[in-house]
Amino acid sequence: MLLVVLEHDRGTLGEPAREALTFGRTLAAKMGVEMHALAIGAGAPATEQVAAASGDHGAARLYTVDHDLLSDFGPEAWGQSLVQVINTLQPGAVLACGSERGNEVMAQAAARLDWPFVANCTDIIPPAGGGGQWSMTRIQWGGSLLEDATLTTGTALLTCGLHTVASAPVEPAPVAPPETQAVAVELDAALARTVVKDRVVLEAGVTLPTAPVVVGGGRGVGSAEGFAPLEELAELLGGRVGCSRAVTNNGWRPHSDQVGQTGTRIAPEIYIASGISGAIQHWVGAMGSKHILAINIDPEANMVVKANWAVIGDLHQVIPAISAEIRRRRDRP
Amino acid sequence: MRVLCCVKRVPAPGAKINVTADGLAVDAAHLGFTTSPHEECGVEEAVQIAERTGGEVTVLTLGPAEAAEQLRYAASVGAHLGVLVSTDGAAWDPQRTARALTAAIESLEAGSGAFDLILFGNESADSGGFQVGVRVAYALGRPIVNGIKGIEVDGPVVRARREIDGGFEVYEMDLPAALGVKEGINLPRYPTMRGRLASKKLEITTLVLDAAGGDQALVRLHRPTETVSQTVILGDGPDAAPAAVDVLEELGLV
Ligand SMILES: Cc1cc2nc3c(=O)[nH]c(=O)nc-3n(C[C@H](O)[C@H](O)[C@H](O)COP(=O)(O)OP(=O)(O)OC[C@H]3O[C@@H](n4cnc5c(N)ncnc54)[C@H](O)[C@@H]3O)c2cc1C
Repeated sequence: MLLVVLEHDRGTLGEPAREALTFGRTLAAKMGVEMHALAIGAGAPATEQVAAASGDHGAARLYTVDHDLLSDFGPEAWGQSLVQVINTLQPGAVLACGSERGNEVMAQAAARLDWPFVANCTDIIPPAGGGGQWSMTRIQWGGSLLEDATLTTGTALLTCGLHTVASAPVEPAPVAPPETQAVAVELDAALARTVVKDRVVLEAGVTLPTAPVVVGGGRGVGSAEGFAPLEELAELLGGRVGCSRAVTNNGWRPHSDQVGQTGTRIAPEIYIASGISGAIQHWVGAMGSKHILAINIDPEANMVVKANWAVIGDLHQVIPAISAEIRRRRDRP
Repeated sequence: MRVLCCVKRVPAPGAKINVTADGLAVDAAHLGFTTSPHEECGVEEAVQIAERTGGEVTVLTLGPAEAAEQLRYAASVGAHLGVLVSTDGAAWDPQRTARALTAAIESLEAGSGAFDLILFGNESADSGGFQVGVRVAYALGRPIVNGIKGIEVDGPVVRARREIDGGFEVYEMDLPAALGVKEGINLPRYPTMRGRLASKKLEITTLVLDAAGGDQALVRLHRPTETVSQTVILGDGPDAAPAAVDVLEELGLV
């Protein structure tokens, strides 16, 4: 059996859980086994919704684990729960989505079991005929590079790279939700030490990962003040300003605006990338954009070469001209 | 307070990452090296905590002899002690790395007591295994939370913030503890001239220790297939604005 660990926040199933189930379906088929799902601490009220969603995405059975320490996320308590479920159910492999929480919980379980754990796979080939060696392709450098690897283990602990697959329900939809079964765990009270203590909600509205338009600025913007015209254009288009690491390193913008391997991955309808050379670590954060318009003085810049459209010139002149043209067209009767 | 920060030396590629002919490493023949970005911020955070609490920062790296460069860099921005677990430079799997780091930390702590706080990068920039910090912390019996973008030490307690969509979660742990930090937690300072000079004098403790290999093996590195785009040049300078706005209009944004 392939066990898929569902990511949820206090009972609300997230997109990573659906991705893991979608990826897991293919893997379970390759293994020739059923796919079962595990909800750690989702709480009784949520079970129905979680069961329905896991069934819709191909899980034949849902296991639930409930415990006082699991009323909110805690990496150690989740990891310890997963270890006990693995010991009880003896799955052939365990898969989660390689989100921040997914990788962390798998690492916690792997540490406790002293088993290997392979993070962020894009393709997994189970051993032929049951035991033996797994093969996989996994993400290095935030997606700029791929690694083919092998894994020799009993039960494989794996995550699939975030957004490696788009989540999709099975068709036709299952007639009934999967059978649900509770698994008992015993947890050391000390694990409360890493359970979420508090939460702070900051911003509502358009965030960088979900913005339909991102106006990006790089070193070419030259200063913090230089971003004012980018802000203006972003506002006109209902989008957000993004930036490169050269910009955050200079203290011109907060790190929350940074696009790239160590920043945010964006997926807008259009990314207007100005004064950005397009280094590979920036590109992996930008490549999810549906369209790219580059503005750069250098026609050979990597960002220009990879863009759909480009304007060659000084962003300090081009961006205000674009804003002015948008206003002119909007004001036209 | 005594803070330990574990860092990794990684190449700093530009527009493309090239792989060596045997497929086992990034071709770094023409590249500089740097500290993996999350850990660079880890060092800065450790130094800030030590400055606030009058403490000491130790930086630990596992890598080839050249990784001393990253320890010296850390010293140039305020770290006090550097420890190198020296390897042949080949990529070690996550279990082996974690076992060696655990042994190194145990031997350091046997001499001078437990570190109050151990910082790791959330994941290394190159191999990105997402597990070494968690394995080491577990082996040492310390709590650890990853994804940390804010740390506040308050006497015997550390409060840590983790970014989530539209806000953050707060964790609170008794020291000693460990945290996996992410870039953005701070803006690392640049070395001063004085710092650079001091870093030259840094005495590096070299530990030679091996650890049992894990069960994950690297076969081959390769670049993902690239999408080739036929870039349409809309024009030069501000005169191209109408053509650019035509594009935006086509996408329904104007
Ligand atoms: C491990 C690692 C992780 C990294 N993670 C990230 C990351 O998450 N995000 C990220 O962005 N980077 C990241 N980097 C850094 C990355 O390698 C580049 O250094 C960085 O992206 C460069 O930023 P830039 O394009 O703004 O600057 P540059 O590369 O200096 O490019 C500036 C560009 O602006 C153009 N320009 C200059 N003036 C003008 C003007 N007036 N008008 C128009 N164009 C102009 C130039 O032609 C040039 O193309 C990482 C690096 C490493 C080693």
